[in-house]
This record gives sequence, structure tokens and C-alpha cells, in this order.
Amino acid sequence: MVVRRLLTILIAAAVIAATGLGYLYLNRPGPDAPGGIAIGGPIHLTDQDGRKFDSASLAGKPYAVFFGYTHCPDVCPTTLSDIAQATAEIGDKAKDFTTLFVTVDPERDTAAVLKEYMSNFTTKAIGLTGTPDEVAAAAKEFRVYYKKVPTSDGGYSMDHTAVLYLIDRHGEFHGIISYAEDHDAYVRKIKEVLAD
Amino acid sequence: MRPLNLLLFFALFIFGLNSAATAHEYKVGDLEIVHPWARAQLKGSDVADGFMKIINHGSTPDRLLAVTVDFAKTTQIHDMKMDGTTMQMIELKDGLEIPAGATVELKPKATHVMFMGLKEELAPDEMVPGELTFEKAGKIKVEFMIQPAGTDHSMDNM
Repeated sequence: MVVRRLLTILIAAAVIAATGLGYLYLNRPGPDAPGGIAIGGPIHLTDQDGRKFDSASLAGKPYAVFFGYTHCPDVCPTTLSDIAQATAEIGDKAKDFTTLFVTVDPERDTAAVLKEYMSNFTTKAIGLTGTPDEVAAAAKEFRVYYKKVPTSDGGYSMDHTAVLYLIDRHGEFHGIISYAEDHDAYVRKIKEVLAD
Repeated sequence: MRPLNLLLFFALFIFGLNSAATAHEYKVGDLEIVHPWARAQLKGSDVADGFMKIINHGSTPDRLLAVTVDFAKTTQIHDMKMDGTTMQMIELKDGLEIPAGATVELKPKATHVMFMGLKEELAPDEMVPGELTFEKAGKIKVEFMIQPAGTDHSMDNM
């Protein structure tokens, strides 16, 4: 067992050292990956109204976290719409369920941009930005990978982990909803975290 | 039988309107371009994406090199891929191949045209002009039908 544990730690170290991320662990069962790599943690950023945000303010309420950016044409708006549809179907029980949309592109996504962007979605959601270091710190808590990819016009797009993280009322990581999951999975998993 | 004729007339009229509004197509050389459409931008965002189906009836491959529009600063052809849990945007700098005899579909969550730096608001149901440049077939002017932000399929099959 000691050897196995050591091996797990070694593999974990190799993955983190090589790529700076541990998102592969997301595909493993259970809330925490073996080897003690926990997903999720405190988020200290600035909200869409320019106020300091601390995820501790959500204590006692389950919530979801998604990392994305407003120039993202597909997966980010789709995920936010999917949450909106699922919470609408769940109804009253989900009225306090909040989604944190954390930008991985703080350079372009200021609080003002996020405020307008979040108004597209009918679910209870908070857009979060910060300094590049603050965003990196939040992403690290969730093992989120993101990278700026230059485009030929001198601009850029962002590659990023497209996973919705569910956090229970105790502030503990509950599970994920992955990109390919359908409406029923959203409803079921959000109901689960609400009951947890 | 007059009421029936009238009914038939209206049915044909509505059907005609409907198909004109929901599907349109273009031909250039051996290529057939079916129903170019784009999604309106979200509030707070200055990007939009466009889609279409391209059918190559010829026996040689062609390539979509560029899409030009007046309503955006830049336009690129992108491929969206999932690598595990990571979403990747890949710019197809050499264009998009349309193999001989093949149908290539640009659609949400896959290959798409990316309009960046939008200069105007795209309103649903509007038709906005653009031009496609193919390596062999040359240029063709088309119109993109604007559909609401968040639409995840073309209205082609309505």
C-alpha cells in the first residue's frame, strides 16, 4: 500500500510539474481525488459590480463554479444557459443556487463587461474577475487549466477547462457536470447537490 | 370548390414564405452552399459565430480560404475541439478543406466561422451580407441569416 501510495504521489507530482494542472483527476470517482488532491477552495475575486467577493459569503448554500470568458462563442454561454434551464425546472428549491462565472480572461473581462454579459442569463449568477494573479489563484484551487492562444489577427482566444464544479452547502466539492452532459444530467446533479 | 382553392393558395403561399425564410442556398462552380447562418452576439460580447453546409459536387477537392464581412473587424475559420475536459479553439489558418464529393458542415460545437470585433448589433431574422472565397471555385456573395444568441442548431429542418 505504501508503494502504491508513493506511486500515486509521484504520478501526481509528475502531472503537476509537467503541466501545472491536475484536471485529469476530475475523471476519477469520488469528491476528492486519491493522493489528497482536493478540488475547490476559497475564491477571492471582484464581482460584476466591482465589489470584493469571498466565496465564504455563500456558506450554507450550494453553488456552482465555471471558468470561462466572454469572447467564448459556444461552451460558456451554453453552460450558463443549461444551468438556467435546469434551475428553472427544479424551481423553488434552486432559487438560492448561485453560479460563479470566473473569467480566465481578466484582461478583457472587466467587471463592467461581465455585468453586461451576465444579464444574458436568467439564472442566479455572479461574474467574477480580478488581477491575473487572483484569477490564477482561483483557477489553481479548482485545477483549472487555461491558456491564451494567439490568433492571426494579433488577438487571442482562450483554451480552458470547460467543467462545471458543484460545491455543497458545507463548501465541499460535490462533483462535476462535464461539457457533454445533457439537460437531465444537469437537473439530477443540481438536485443532488441541493440535497447534500 | 373555391374555399379549397383559397386554402391551397394560402398553404402554398405560407409554405413558400417559410422555406424562403428558413433555408437559402448558393452555387459556385461545383460547390453548393446551404443556409449560411450566424448567431447574434450576447450582450457584453463582441463576437459571433457563423455556420453553413458546403457540398462539393465535383471530383476535385476545394478549400474555403476566407469569409469576409463588413460587420466584423476580423473573421477566422475555427475548429472547436474538446481535449479531455479542455475546450480548444484552433484557427484553421490554411482554410477548410472541402473534399471531392463530400458535404462539410460548419455547426455549433465544431468547425465554425468566428466573427470578431463586431461593429454592429446582429438582430435575429436579419440577413447580413458576406463573401466566401474558395481556392478553386472562387468568390461567392452570400447572406447570413441571423438567429438568436444561444441557438444551437440551424433552422434548416423546420
